[in-house]
Amino acid sequence: MSRHPDAHGHFGPFGGRYVAETLMPALLELEQAYRDAKADPLFQREFERYLREYVGRPSPLYLAERLTAHAGGAKIYLKREDLNHTGAHKVNNTVGQALLARRMGKRKVIAETGAGQHGVATATVAALFGMECDVFMGEEDIRRQALNVFRMKLLGARVHPVTSGTATLKDAMNEALRYWVTHVRDTFYVIGTVAGPHPYPMLVRDFQAVIGREARAQFLEAEGRLPDLLLACIGGGSNAMGLFHPFFDDAAVRMMGVEAAGLGVATGKHAASIGAGSVGVLHGNKTYLLQDEHGQIAHAHSISAGLDYPGVGPEHAWLHASGRAEYVAITDDEALRAFRLLTELEGIMPALESAHAVAQALKTAATMRPDQAILVCLSGRGDKDIHTVASAMGVEL
Amino acid sequence: MSRIAHTFEALRQRGEKALVTYLTAGDPDLETSEQVIHALVGAGVDLLEIGFPFSDPMADGPTIQAAAERALAAGTTLHGVLALVARVRRHTNVPIVLMGYFNPVFRYGADAFARDAAAAGVDGLLLVDLPPEEAGELHPQLRAAGVDLITLLAPTTPEARMARLAGAAEGFLYYVSMTGVTGTQAVDPAAIAGAVAEVRRHSAVPVAVGFGVTTPDDARAVAGFADAVVVGSALVKVIATHAGSPRLIEEVQGFARALKAAVTPDAA
Repeated sequence: MSRHPDAHGHFGPFGGRYVAETLMPALLELEQAYRDAKADPLFQREFERYLREYVGRPSPLYLAERLTAHAGGAKIYLKREDLNHTGAHKVNNTVGQALLARRMGKRKVIAETGAGQHGVATATVAALFGMECDVFMGEEDIRRQALNVFRMKLLGARVHPVTSGTATLKDAMNEALRYWVTHVRDTFYVIGTVAGPHPYPMLVRDFQAVIGREARAQFLEAEGRLPDLLLACIGGGSNAMGLFHPFFDDAAVRMMGVEAAGLGVATGKHAASIGAGSVGVLHGNKTYLLQDEHGQIAHAHSISAGLDYPGVGPEHAWLHASGRAEYVAITDDEALRAFRLLTELEGIMPALESAHAVAQALKTAATMRPDQAILVCLSGRGDKDIHTVASAMGVEL
Repeated sequence: MSRIAHTFEALRQRGEKALVTYLTAGDPDLETSEQVIHALVGAGVDLLEIGFPFSDPMADGPTIQAAAERALAAGTTLHGVLALVARVRRHTNVPIVLMGYFNPVFRYGADAFARDAAAAGVDGLLLVDLPPEEAGELHPQLRAAGVDLITLLAPTTPEARMARLAGAAEGFLYYVSMTGVTGTQAVDPAAIAGAVAEVRRHSAVPVAVGFGVTTPDDARAVAGFADAVVVGSALVKVIATHAGSPRLIEEVQGFARALKAAVTPDAA
C-alpha cells in the first residue's frame, strides 16, 4: 500500500492524469523534477531546514487531558499543526513545492484556495523566495474569509475572485487550471491538497508526511507504543494523508477520515464525497465525487470553507475502497460545538475544519477504554473562522 | 470507409479544406441546436463538432463556459444529445464528432456509450481531459463500435510525444492552436504554420486546427496549411447573440457561408 501510486499515478482504480494535452508535458516534467528532487539529499536537507527554522517544526504532540476527561474514554492527543507558521499544516506543502519550483527555474506560482489557508501559505513562500503569486478564490469564500484575503494581499499576492459555478473551492481550482493552461510555460501550479492530476497527490502527500513521521515518533516517545486510532478532517485530504501515510504498514493502527456532513448528509447539503458520493473524474483525477447521475458535479456544502469541496484525494478513495481507512462525517453544528468545547476546555481555538476531527474524537473516545489512545491532527487554528463562529452564535462583531 | 475519412478524401480530391464548426448542444435548448445544425449543414459545413455540456469545463474560456451553463440549465444530458444526433443523422451524412469532458461519458458507461453513440450516428469522440495515457477504459469499446477517438495536440507537446500520438491517431488530429483555453486569444497563423506542417509529416490522418479561429480571415490563413479549420467560440457567440430571435438561422448561415467561402480556394 505504501508503494502507491503506480508509474501513471494510479492508486488502484483511482487517481491518474485526466488533463488537457496542453498540460500533459508540464505534468510529465514536474513528475521527473520531483523524482530527481526526492532522490537528492541536498533538496531534502533544504526542505527539512525550512520546516525546522521557518515553519517551526516539529509541531508538538499534546495530550489534551481535560478534553479526554470530558469525552470519558480513550486518551486524546492533538498533533498541533495549528502552531505552524501561518497557522495550519498547509505551509509544509507550499515550502516543498516552492523549493521544487525554484529548482525548476519557475519564478511565478499560482494556487487555488478555499478557506484561504493554502492561499496564505502559498503567498507566504512566494514572498520568502521572491516569486510572483496569483491566487484564485471563489467569491463566496472571499466573503467568508476576508481576513485571509487581506493577508494574501499584504504578502504581495494578487487574489483573483472566481464567480463561475458555485464560486467556491472547486471553481477556484477550475480557474487556476485555466490560468495554468494559458501560462504553463513559466508558471508553477502549487496545488494545496492531495488531489489533482498525478504527480500532485503523491508529492503533496510526501511533503505532508512530515506530520505522521513526527507524530509517530512523538507518540512512541510518550506512550511507548503506537496509537489505536488516527483521526483527521478531510476536504481534499492533505492533513489526513500526511498523518496516515507513515502508519500504513502499522496494521494495528486504525485510521479515520472525517468528512463534512454540513447540514446533514440526508439533506443533500454536505461535502461527504466518500460517504455519499460516487466514482467519477474531476480536476485531473478519478475519485469519489458529489455528482448527479449524468456526471454533472453537485454543489458541496460545509460551514468550513476548507472542506467545501465535492471531491476527495484519490489515495483516500483507495484507502476507503480497500478498507484500510474508515470515513465518517460530522455536521456543521457538531463541529461548532467541538470548536467551543476545545476552546473552553483546553484554551485551543481550532480551525472549523479541524473541529470536525475533534468532534469525531469526542464521539469515538467515549466508546473506547482509558488505556487506548486517539491521535487527532489539529490541522489549523481558528482565528480565520471567528466571524463565521460569531455569526453562527448570533453575535455581531 | 468511415464518414470522416470519406469526407476528407472527397475534399482532398476537390482540392478543398474542411470547415469544422463547434456548438454546445442544448444552448439554449436542443430544439434550437437542431435547427442551427441544419443551417450549418445547409451552409456547407463539412464536419460538425457537437459539444455536450459539463458543469466544470476546465479547458474552456468564458464563451463556451456560459454556453455549457445555459445548456445545463435547459436540462441537457448526454442521452438527450445522442437523441439529437440520431434525429440529425436521418437528414445528413455530414460526419459528427461529439466533444466534451470525460466524466459524463464515464458515468454513462463506456460500453453503453460506445453502443449508443454508434447507433445514433456519431463518428468520433473528442474528450478534452482524456489523454491517450488514460484512454484504455474507453478506447477499445469505441474502436469496436467504429467510433474514432480524436487525439489533441498542443503547442506544448514535445516532438517525440507528438510523433507518437500523431502516428497512432484515428479520424483526424486536432491541433490546439494556442497555449490557452478556448476562444480567449486570436490565432497567429504565421506562428503555428511550421508546427502544423511538422504534425502533418508524422500523421496518417488529416490535421484540423482550432482554438482562436474567429474570423473568415483567420480561417483563410489557417486553411493555407491545415486540412481543416475549426471555429467554435465565435459561432457560439453568434448563437448566444441571436438565440430567441427570428434572425438566428439567417445569422448562423451567413457566418458559416463566409467561413466556408474563406477556406474554399476558388469560391472568391
